[in-house]
Amino acid sequence: MVTDPLLRVEDLTTVFDLPSGAVPAVDDISFEVRAGETLGLVGESGCGKSVTALSIMRLVQAPGRIAGGRLRFKGRDLMALSEREMQGVRGAEIGLVFQEPMTALNPVFTVGDQIAETLVVHGRAGRREAMRQAVDLLAAVKIPNPDSRITDYPHQLSGGMRQRVLIAMALACRPSLVIADEPTTALDVTIQAQVLDLLREMKDTLGLALLLITHDFGVVAETADRVAVMYAGRIVEEGPVRAIFREPQHPYTRGLLASMPGGAPGRRLRAIEGSVPALGALPRGCAFHPRCPDRFDECTTAPPPEFAVGDGHTARCYLHDVRLKPDTAKGRAAGGDAAR
Amino acid sequence: MPLVEVSRLVKHFVRGRGLLRPGRIVKAVDDVSFAVEEGETFGLVGESGSGKTTTGRCLLRLVEPTSGSVRFRGEDVLAFPRRRLREARRDMQIVFQDPYSSLNPRMRARQIVEEPLVIHGLGNRGGRRDRVAELFSLVGLDPSHLERYPHQFSGGQRQRIGLARALALNPSFVILDEPVSALDVSVQAQVVNLLMDLQERLRLTYLFIAHDLRLVEHICGRVAVMYLGRIVETGPTSAIFASPRHAYTRALLSAIPVPDPDAPRRRIVLDPAEMKPEATLREVAPGHFAAI
Repeated sequence: MVTDPLLRVEDLTTVFDLPSGAVPAVDDISFEVRAGETLGLVGESGCGKSVTALSIMRLVQAPGRIAGGRLRFKGRDLMALSEREMQGVRGAEIGLVFQEPMTALNPVFTVGDQIAETLVVHGRAGRREAMRQAVDLLAAVKIPNPDSRITDYPHQLSGGMRQRVLIAMALACRPSLVIADEPTTALDVTIQAQVLDLLREMKDTLGLALLLITHDFGVVAETADRVAVMYAGRIVEEGPVRAIFREPQHPYTRGLLASMPGGAPGRRLRAIEGSVPALGALPRGCAFHPRCPDRFDECTTAPPPEFAVGDGHTARCYLHDVRLKPDTAKGRAAGGDAAR
Repeated sequence: MPLVEVSRLVKHFVRGRGLLRPGRIVKAVDDVSFAVEEGETFGLVGESGSGKTTTGRCLLRLVEPTSGSVRFRGEDVLAFPRRRLREARRDMQIVFQDPYSSLNPRMRARQIVEEPLVIHGLGNRGGRRDRVAELFSLVGLDPSHLERYPHQFSGGQRQRIGLARALALNPSFVILDEPVSALDVSVQAQVVNLLMDLQERLRLTYLFIAHDLRLVEHICGRVAVMYLGRIVETGPTSAIFASPRHAYTRALLSAIPVPDPDAPRRRIVLDPAEMKPEATLREVAPGHFAAI
C-alpha cells in the first residue's frame, strides 16, 4: 500500500551567512514522515538536526536562511506559503515541543493562559471554551489536579511537568505532525521515561506522526519506527529502526552504536577517533572520512550519493558502490559487520 | 583501610532566609556513609537534586559539610587546618562536568595545566614546562597546542585539559563529576577509555559521580544510589544492576532507555507508598546494602 507521506522534505539546504561566507548547516537533505509514524532524527550537536526542525517550521532566523529545497506538508508547498499562512500551520497543523521546558514557557502567564492562547490564536475556541479545553489537555498529559494546576505559573511546576505542559500546548489544536526537538534531554531519566511513554501514548491515541530529534540512540530505539542519522549537515543513513540497530550500513552509525557502554564491564569502549568537524571547515568528499576506519581513495573525492542497502534502507557511503569496487565494497561492508 | 571513608556526612543549606524569616533548611546530604577502596572506581549515582555533587564537593571541602566525617588515608579531612587542607588537596583532585565553563578562557592551555604547580610552589620554570608537556602527552593532547586558548579546542580536548590539570600534582584520588556528560556521543568513549587507561597507569582511585547508568555499570566496581540526600542502596555494581532491592533503584534502572528496539520494556513507576524514609541501610546480600 502506498500512501502519500504527511511531510516530504526534498533537497533542503539551510545556510548561515557568516563573514567567512555561506556555511551550510543542513546540506541537501531529503526525508519523509508518514502519517502515524515516528521518525527519529539522530545526530550529535551541530549536525544540523535542530536547524532541520526550524527549517520545516520556517523559523530559521538571520544569519540563517533556507537556501534551497522543497517542503511538502499534506500536499501543500510550505515554502510557497505567506508568513501569515505559515502562522496558521505552525502550532496548529504542526505542533512543536522544544528541548528547554524552562525557556519555552512564558514566566509571566499561567500555564492555562498559555495553552488557551494557542487555541484562541488559531481560532479554535473562544477564551472561556479555550480555558475549559486547557483543563482537559492538562488531564490528557496526566498532570494531577488539572483544575487547580491551570492557574499555576511555570516556575511552580517541576521540569517534567513543564515538559507535559509543552506537550499539551503542542497537541492543543490537534496537529497531524508533532516535531519534538530533544524533548527529554533536560530531564532526569525517570522523568524522561514518563515523558517518552506519554508521547508514545499520545501518538497512538491521536494518530499523529512524530518527528523526534535526539542524540540518544536509547530514546530512538524505544520510540522510533524509522531512523535517519545525520552527520555534519547530511543524512548519512536512513532505514527502519530494526535495520539501523541490527545491520547499520554506514561506518558512522556503526561507530556510534559500537561506542556505547555495554559488553564486559571495565573493557575499553570502541571509540570513534577524532571529533566532529566544524561546519565551515568540512573535509572534502565524505565529511566522515577522516574519522572513518573503512575509508579508501574514493571517500575524498565527492560527497557520496545515496545507495540502497536494504528494504527502505539507504546509506551515503562508497562502501556500497558496487560499480566502484565490486569486490572490496561488499567485502568491507560485510567485514565491518562481522567485526562487531 | 579504605582510601576515603565518609561517615554520617550531612550538609544542610538554608534557603529563603530573610531579615525576619528563619528560612527553610534543605537537607542536600542527609547522613551519608560510604568508603572508597584504593584503586577502585566507586560510582555515586542519582538524579538532579539527589545530593551526589554536593557529596563530592564536601569530600574536598569545596563545600563545608554541616557534620560528619571524611577520612582520607585515615586522617580526618574536616579537622584539617587551612595549611594542612591545602597540602591534602594535592592528593585529592576533581574534574568538573562542563569543560566549557570550568577552564579560564583568558588563560592558555599551558597556563591552565601549570597553575596547580605554581600555586603549590613546585619546581622551577624549566621543570614545570617539562611537566606540563608530559601531562599534555599523558592525556593524549598534542604538545604543539600548548599555547592555544580553551576556545581553540573541541569539547573532548577541553576535558583532557581539565584532566591534565587535575593530574598535575600526582593525586591518588580523583573525583570525576559527570566527566563526559557534556561531550558529544562520539567523543565520550574516547574520554572514558582515557580515564580507564590513566587509572591503570597511575594507580588512581576514582569517585565517579554520574547520572548515566549505562556508563556507571560499565566502569564502576561498586556503586551507591542516592535519592533525596540519602544513599538508598549500595554494593557491587553487578549485584545492584542484576537484583536491585530498593524501590527507587528499581524504578531508576527500569527507566534507562535501552539502545535495542527489541528489548522488552517493563517500566517500574516509583510508588511513593513503597518509600520508607526512615529505613536504614541493611545488608541484603554480601556487601550489598539497601534501605528497605
